[in-house]
Amino acid sequence: MILSDTSDKPVGVIGAGNFGTVIANMLAEGKPVLLYTRDPEKAAQMQSERLCRNIPLHDRIKITSSLQEVGEKCDVIFPIVPSSGFRNLMRELSPFLKPYHLLIHGTKGLDLQLPTGKSVESMRYLDRTMVKTMSEVIREESVVVRVGCLAGPNLSRELSEKQPGATVIASPFQEVIQTGRRLLKSDRFQVYENNDLIGVEFAGILKNVIAIAAGALHGLGYGENAKGLLISRGAVEMVYLGRALGGSTKAFLGVAGIGDLVATCNSPSSRNFTVGNRLAKGENLQEILSSMDEVAEGVNTVKIARKCAEFYKVRALITETVYKVLFEQLTVQDAVSYLMRYPLSLDIDFLDH
Amino acid sequence: MEILEEKKNKNRRYEPILEKIPDWPVYLLSKQRKSFIEEVAEKTVDRIVTTKPGKKAILDELESTALKEQNRLKRNRWRVDPKDEPKFWSDVKAKTTALSTDGNDDPEQARALLKTVVHRYANEIAGDFRPSYYRLAREITEFWFARLLNGARIKKFGAFFRSQYTLRDKIHVVGKVRMLRKLASKGTIIIVPTHFSNIDSMLIGWVIHSLGLPAFIYGAGLNLFNIKIFAYFMNSLGAYKVDRRKKNAPYLETLKMYSNLAIQKGAHSLFFPGGTRSRSGMIEKQLKLGLLGTAVEAQRHIYSEQSENPRKIFIVPVTLNYHFVLEAPDLIEDYLQSKGQDRYFPEKEKYGSLELLKFIYKFSTTGSSISVSIGRALDVLGNYVDEEGNSLDSKKQIIQARDYFVSNGKITEDPQRDNEYTRLLSTKIVGEYHRINRVFGSHLVAFIAFVMFQRMHPKLDLFGLLRLPEEDFEIPYDQFRETFKKVRKEIYNLKEKNKINYASHLKGEVEEVIRRGIDNVGIFHLKRPLLRNKAGNIVTQDLNLLYYYHNRLVGYDLERYI
Repeated sequence: MILSDTSDKPVGVIGAGNFGTVIANMLAEGKPVLLYTRDPEKAAQMQSERLCRNIPLHDRIKITSSLQEVGEKCDVIFPIVPSSGFRNLMRELSPFLKPYHLLIHGTKGLDLQLPTGKSVESMRYLDRTMVKTMSEVIREESVVVRVGCLAGPNLSRELSEKQPGATVIASPFQEVIQTGRRLLKSDRFQVYENNDLIGVEFAGILKNVIAIAAGALHGLGYGENAKGLLISRGAVEMVYLGRALGGSTKAFLGVAGIGDLVATCNSPSSRNFTVGNRLAKGENLQEILSSMDEVAEGVNTVKIARKCAEFYKVRALITETVYKVLFEQLTVQDAVSYLMRYPLSLDIDFLDH
Repeated sequence: MEILEEKKNKNRRYEPILEKIPDWPVYLLSKQRKSFIEEVAEKTVDRIVTTKPGKKAILDELESTALKEQNRLKRNRWRVDPKDEPKFWSDVKAKTTALSTDGNDDPEQARALLKTVVHRYANEIAGDFRPSYYRLAREITEFWFARLLNGARIKKFGAFFRSQYTLRDKIHVVGKVRMLRKLASKGTIIIVPTHFSNIDSMLIGWVIHSLGLPAFIYGAGLNLFNIKIFAYFMNSLGAYKVDRRKKNAPYLETLKMYSNLAIQKGAHSLFFPGGTRSRSGMIEKQLKLGLLGTAVEAQRHIYSEQSENPRKIFIVPVTLNYHFVLEAPDLIEDYLQSKGQDRYFPEKEKYGSLELLKFIYKFSTTGSSISVSIGRALDVLGNYVDEEGNSLDSKKQIIQARDYFVSNGKITEDPQRDNEYTRLLSTKIVGEYHRINRVFGSHLVAFIAFVMFQRMHPKLDLFGLLRLPEEDFEIPYDQFRETFKKVRKEIYNLKEKNKINYASHLKGEVEEVIRRGIDNVGIFHLKRPLLRNKAGNIVTQDLNLLYYYHNRLVGYDLERYI
């Protein structure tokens, strides 16, 4: 494979949130970077102050508010925006994309396409014709086929402090993985590869639900036994649900699955963990969400995952219970005692086949 | 018994798009046969050596190839195999051994030996197209097809040799014919049909000719060349030889390179991407990626070598629809055995000579119609193209297919990427098969009857069901008719959504459509898959066959309406 890297074309990053900014900074260590943010005024301000969400920007980052500029100047683009706005972003970006573009997204959420007039709550069930991962959205909305994703335990704050970390780049295309690795790898940042794109995406998405539960346990003041139990049972649930949705078991046992799950479930700086934590301390969901400056994808994911589990006949106890806590006023305390009393004995049975 | 007729037949004769055979790419290819084989051999060796560099790697490959070939000669030798095979391979083995112990690291001699092997393969694979043979073979094929399809009107033995009805009346070619003809003069066409029956290749050969297209090249099993008369036809119709016994890397690489280079040189080609005939009677769900991949690779090469007006490759999915598949009983038997393992016990009863006579009589005195649906052409990534050959995205904007092979501004070679593109293409082709599939009344009655039988025994799995005696199954006619109406309506709906197609005879008075459907499903089989008994109810004589014909409509989720 020829991987000449002589071009000094900038790399594009779309979305100047925490994660987007951190990735832009890491990319800028090797390449010029074009970082897109929607609002032209904010863009101008960021460009002059060299600051984004209080993270200083690397000298090689240029801020833009033009998607056309990103499409025309960059061959490799990292879209990192919340899942709720992802499809619209792709629709706006699509006219500027050509089949030679490579897209590697960093969004751990789901896209939902419902018949007009319907909402998640009013749907009897959800299946994979309605629920799409971000890579599927990219494929549907653009001509780009060389698509990949970033996953794994990459908590923005730790990365911005230049602590050691790792990511998984998943794509059916070696070319995408190698390009991403070349752009991101450094002495303190390891890059693993996986060719099960859909599996890795679901691992990153479904772990957010477990993270909410972990936050809740933490908020109640429970210790490591409870957390160990939750993480391992959560992993089993992720495997079952993920397989029903089109991933392979393997994807869930690697860095993007267990690795990310453990990191997020132990991290007060994770948004999803925070939601659970504050719920357990007695705040209500509305207050919590309105006080957060970034989206906790898990809140949306739990709604979708629950209806999918129903359709694909997968038992998803934790997901179901987190849903009840978030939306049906079940208290965290009651949820825990419900789960503890549930008659289950078999530990793991998905490795047999 | 009545033969199903289409309401109106728009089929007409098409003028050839290239006047003279000497202009045909397949002819040019065979005229330069020698230099072409040399090119195939040279490039195949290059490729093998890039993946296995160094003297030792080449010799290892040669050694394992020679062993496999000797093993094949010992166990499974065919008439068509050249006489000097054993000597050739023992020579190769001896030379390999000598080279590996001569204490020299220069790979040149090993490479030369590899070239001899590959050259021999290329020579065996290459077809030998001759215009005069082609014309004769075509006439003969046409004659036999007419006999096969035309039987019903034969009253006297002498009529056997007269054609009351031409093929054009019996074979319905529908779909994107104009587009196919137009694109055939703009680029290289690769036709990828579904594969249900042994007559498919003859049928598609006739279709290609009757649409005024030049001859296509296609891979035919070497076993067919055992029979001299077949060998004659195959050669003259543009076939090259595929030997399924040879699974060694040099052979497979040579075969792929042959197809790849022929496509690059503009030879229109034909693959059955399912590999073999569909055993279950279902439309192919998974395609073999080997030969399909040569289309992707050829296109990449063309883009990287021709900067001005690169010749484009167009993939054209085609479905073939029959009321009747001659070999269905054997195919479904194969399928059930491989799926069921110990749960399936084949019936050992074979046809007696009286049955055989009955069969031949029926076969030559009745007729059946066939329809061929030509799909919309795709580029090698599976995008639709317009009539000018431009690739279109989902919003019908023109895109440059070349860009799929570009990274960092240049066309790059990346076999892994080619493989992935081949997978995308194959998924798209399977989708197109389902979309252009033309539902016959006979398919629909078989589908509905089988599902209704299944519903009568909800606790049995497929094999349990197939073990029950045929006498256990009977559907009251009225109930069948109501279900038929419901499912047919859903097929109309699917057609509106562009997810399926149906033959014009499916419309019309429901009793009539059912009657004709039942009369036509598996029309020539000794045991009929579907009939009506004295009470007028629906019964079967052969559940396996019914299952086979039912499978044709699996994959549309129509079960929900039964």
